Amino acid sequence: MADEIKKEPPANFKVTIDNITIEVPPGTSILNAARQIGGDVTPPAMCYYSKLAGSGGKCRTCLVEVAAGSTADPRPMPKLVASCRTNVMDGMIVKNITSEKVPDARAGVVEFLLLNHPLDCPICDQAGECHLQDLGYDHGKAGTRYQFSRRTFVREDIGPYIQLHMTRCILCYRCTYVADQITDKRVHGIVDRGDHAAISTYISKAIDNDFSGNMIDVCPVGALTDKTFRFKNRVWFTKPVDAHRNCENPKCCGKATLWLRGEEVFRVTARKDEWGEVQSYDGKTGWICNTCRFDKKETKDWTIEGLTAISRHSVIGANKYKVLEVPDETIAKVMGGRAPQLTMDIHEVSGVNNPKVDLSELQRASKSSDFVQDPEKNWE
Amino acid sequence: MQALTKRVKAVHRKPMSFAEKLYLPAIFKGMMITLGHAFKKRPTVNYPEVKRPFSPVFRGMQILNRDAEGRENCTACGLCAVACPAEAITMEAAERQPGEEHLYREEKYAAKYEINMLRCIFCGLCEEACPKDAIYLSETFAPADYKRKQFVYNKSELLIPNPKEDPEAYKKALGNRAIPTTNSLDQQ
Repeated sequence: MADEIKKEPPANFKVTIDNITIEVPPGTSILNAARQIGGDVTPPAMCYYSKLAGSGGKCRTCLVEVAAGSTADPRPMPKLVASCRTNVMDGMIVKNITSEKVPDARAGVVEFLLLNHPLDCPICDQAGECHLQDLGYDHGKAGTRYQFSRRTFVREDIGPYIQLHMTRCILCYRCTYVADQITDKRVHGIVDRGDHAAISTYISKAIDNDFSGNMIDVCPVGALTDKTFRFKNRVWFTKPVDAHRNCENPKCCGKATLWLRGEEVFRVTARKDEWGEVQSYDGKTGWICNTCRFDKKETKDWTIEGLTAISRHSVIGANKYKVLEVPDETIAKVMGGRAPQLTMDIHEVSGVNNPKVDLSELQRASKSSDFVQDPEKNWE
Repeated sequence: MQALTKRVKAVHRKPMSFAEKLYLPAIFKGMMITLGHAFKKRPTVNYPEVKRPFSPVFRGMQILNRDAEGRENCTACGLCAVACPAEAITMEAAERQPGEEHLYREEKYAAKYEINMLRCIFCGLCEEACPKDAIYLSETFAPADYKRKQFVYNKSELLIPNPKEDPEAYKKALGNRAIPTTNSLDQQ
């Protein structure tokens, strides 16, 4: 007993964020400390991605006010600081939603991010799960003061599966970190500088790495989107379910979210946590491989675990009803095994969701010729 | 027994007086009311021949709008369908191909767009949700029909006539309360 000498555990730093005090180990950033508290206190982050080393410090949306630097030096920091790049000090007092300066600064940052953004949310596949949309609604101002023509780019195919809309890009660099840290050979990055900076591949080299699809998941806006899902459906009309499969690729975790409509799998993504980042399992980030993401588009490829938990305030949960108990079909019992006579089969009347057309199986966006299947029934 | 509310009225069960027993005064009183209506203004409107004026906020059958060049405004963003409380609207989107620029205004368009008029409650939320000026509730009634399947309206029934090909029908479809569009989106 006597020889058991307790080693002094590393002293935790006490930090107060919006009047909530929390103890975190030294080296934690303000953003991560705020994420441990959770809720409204957490600053939004567009470029910081906790699963990608080196990310952060580019978009400035996570600006916070530091009212007292530390117990040793309680002077406030003269300017707002990026919380993803500033580490906590013992006795630091941070103001986020209680600050007067922060909402104003953040509205300015949103205005800058949206300067060249085309605001084409009605045609963008990311709409509904777009971080820039959320940020604009929560922290932006209605209307724009920008009078000049916006920066435009031609949309680019990078590889067979990924569509790049450079007009929507906010240059967060997350996708290049994915390429650096997850895939073997990086073939894309940022070319040119300043206003001309653009994400591109090296002389239109196709991205055919096994894990390149993860850059779709990390993209906070609709700049990198899934070409196999392009224009197929809106995010909020598909039903997300958690599913897994035994993937042959040892680096792939095989756990994904399927976005279903009926029995059709429209899209496969990695599972996201509450910060919109790819979930971790036992400390390992659950990246999924391109085979899981783009080629396994049938429910029989997957073991479905159940509905994905969706925030009550998200549009993805709109018009979806959680049936607690499915009542038994009584009609067949009552009618002695006969099926009920239908007065109207919706497929005879409606051209939408035609059973003969499987849009989810197309590897590209649907076009007008895909819909002309029944020459005698012209639905157009 | 205690009354549940204070508005209880006791029923009078007094025997009728002589004047009441005659019934004739009451009959004449009733006849006078009937006769009085014969000289009043008739409220009936003989509908197909005579039409009542619509209120300026009347919400009738939906119409899918085109821009001044006759291109469809709808981009199948799905906001009308998600706003629809009756879940009457369904659509399928497609990508505009080269050569189809004169048909659709944007890169994505509604290849299929259907409104189930059996479900529609004419609340006008689709019109409010639309970011592209594409759907409006017009001053027309949805026509009656004998078959249920006639009530699933697709694009051919919903689209406004093309202003380039049929300017007169387009002008008629615009109605009285349409504000001339400037197509502010095109000028950007």
